[in-house]
Amino acid sequence: MRPAVDAPDAAGDLVVAASGVGKIFGVSQVNGVEALRNIDLEIRAGEFVSLIGPSGCGKSTLLRLIGDLLEPTAGTLRVNGKTPHQARLDRDYGMVFQQATLLDWRSVRRNVELPLEMVGAGKVERAERAVEMLDLVELRTFADRHPWQLSGGMQQRVAIARALVFKPELLLMDEPFGALDEMTRERMQQELLRIWDSTGTTVVFVTHSIPEAVFLSTRVVVMSARPGRISHVIDVPLGHPRDDDTREEQAFYDTITEVREALRHPGGGQ
Amino acid sequence: MSRAGRWLPAVVAILLVLAVWEGLVRLFDVQAFILPRPTAILTAFVETWSTIWPFGINTLIEALGGFVFGTLAAIVLALAATRWVTLGEGLMPFAVAASAMPIVALAPITNQWFTITSPVSKMAVVAVMVFFPVFVNTTRGLTEVDPREIELMRSVAAGPAATLRRVRIPNALPFFFSALKVASALSLIGAIVAEYFGGSQQVLGQYIISRASGFQFPEAWAAILLASLLGIAFYLLILLAERMFMPWHVSIRGSTGS
Repeated sequence: MRPAVDAPDAAGDLVVAASGVGKIFGVSQVNGVEALRNIDLEIRAGEFVSLIGPSGCGKSTLLRLIGDLLEPTAGTLRVNGKTPHQARLDRDYGMVFQQATLLDWRSVRRNVELPLEMVGAGKVERAERAVEMLDLVELRTFADRHPWQLSGGMQQRVAIARALVFKPELLLMDEPFGALDEMTRERMQQELLRIWDSTGTTVVFVTHSIPEAVFLSTRVVVMSARPGRISHVIDVPLGHPRDDDTREEQAFYDTITEVREALRHPGGGQ
Repeated sequence: MSRAGRWLPAVVAILLVLAVWEGLVRLFDVQAFILPRPTAILTAFVETWSTIWPFGINTLIEALGGFVFGTLAAIVLALAATRWVTLGEGLMPFAVAASAMPIVALAPITNQWFTITSPVSKMAVVAVMVFFPVFVNTTRGLTEVDPREIELMRSVAAGPAATLRRVRIPNALPFFFSALKVASALSLIGAIVAEYFGGSQQVLGQYIISRASGFQFPEAWAAILLASLLGIAFYLLILLAERMFMPWHVSIRGSTGS
């Protein structure tokens, strides 16, 4: 059982440290599009942090900066105390995208093995770890199937297994359940919390669903657009473990309202 | 539908065409130098088999030789064009333009370059004909990759070589094989047309010319039939290779009973 991290200061080491981070797309400071401005954010080990905001608020961009799929144009960003680039080369994080992005020419098991091939893990070790991860997402019996034989939700669970196969300290998720129907989505949220609980990994989760952000997170980071910036950070006062009953608690509704208000009044400040 | 059932319409159509052909030629008493009866062609095919079969093999060797050289050159250049993007951007418009050129027109030239009697002179034409569609398609397959797959490989810190092997090459296989199917037909066309411009007499192209000029039209048609059968066999071989190398692909999945 993970230690309670309901209060951010009760948590461990800094996993993500952003200070004054900005991102401008385009060649010049004049013509460029400012996606992010002056982002200060600290995420500690074991936290589950959601980034939420309207389209164009830069939440995906911020996630991609942390994952070194993009480079910031201002400020400093550290992942596990290193540059994001070094953290990526050290395989410090796993990433799950909005689309499962499984390789059609590989079986489910071989898709999960893919990251391990990059570190030259042996065949036996790869297979063992892959099956272990498939167990975690309860897809062991589908190991030899191909991605196209799986439903959307199952594909996304394979993508999660793949992202966790390095046993990373940090899991970056970009609207991973955005393409799923509501029922599957709630089941996947439950599943994700169970995985978070059993692996102790830190999660940064991009979403545009308020209930999803509140149900999953220890903290919700509310962002606003033009330029993308953090407007509020809201602690979620719900205990763990969370289940379907959590969704009916008063505190759940209250936090949803708080996040909705924050989204409505981006000028409110932190 | 059963396997036999799927082929039935095609078989019926072919038999029907042959029957109508046979009937019309008999009805209007068409001369053999214009169009022989299918039964006459078939008879000639059986009677001349021992002569035309080795000629067919010689022609096939030219076609295959050119096919292999052209394909290998196309693969090497496609990989280079993927690795060095500016090279690819420079080559691509040229290759697309060249693939629209009537390359068989080069045959008299390559006959001079590589000794007219040598099969290499025919292989050269075939290689050039095969090169362009295979190069253009393979390069597209290697470069037009889902950006999300590239991002995924980046997120697991994969280098260019690992990305090439695990994402770009599998992605290029469907493009590559459709190009090979086109190239298989092109290679026989190229070999036979190049043979028309002279060289060894022991090949289908020369046999067709000599029989046609000697008014032995059923024999000429028998050689054409053999060339067609070789072309079809070549095509089927590539289809088989495609199924072996990419059983996962959408176009094949259904028939493997997934």
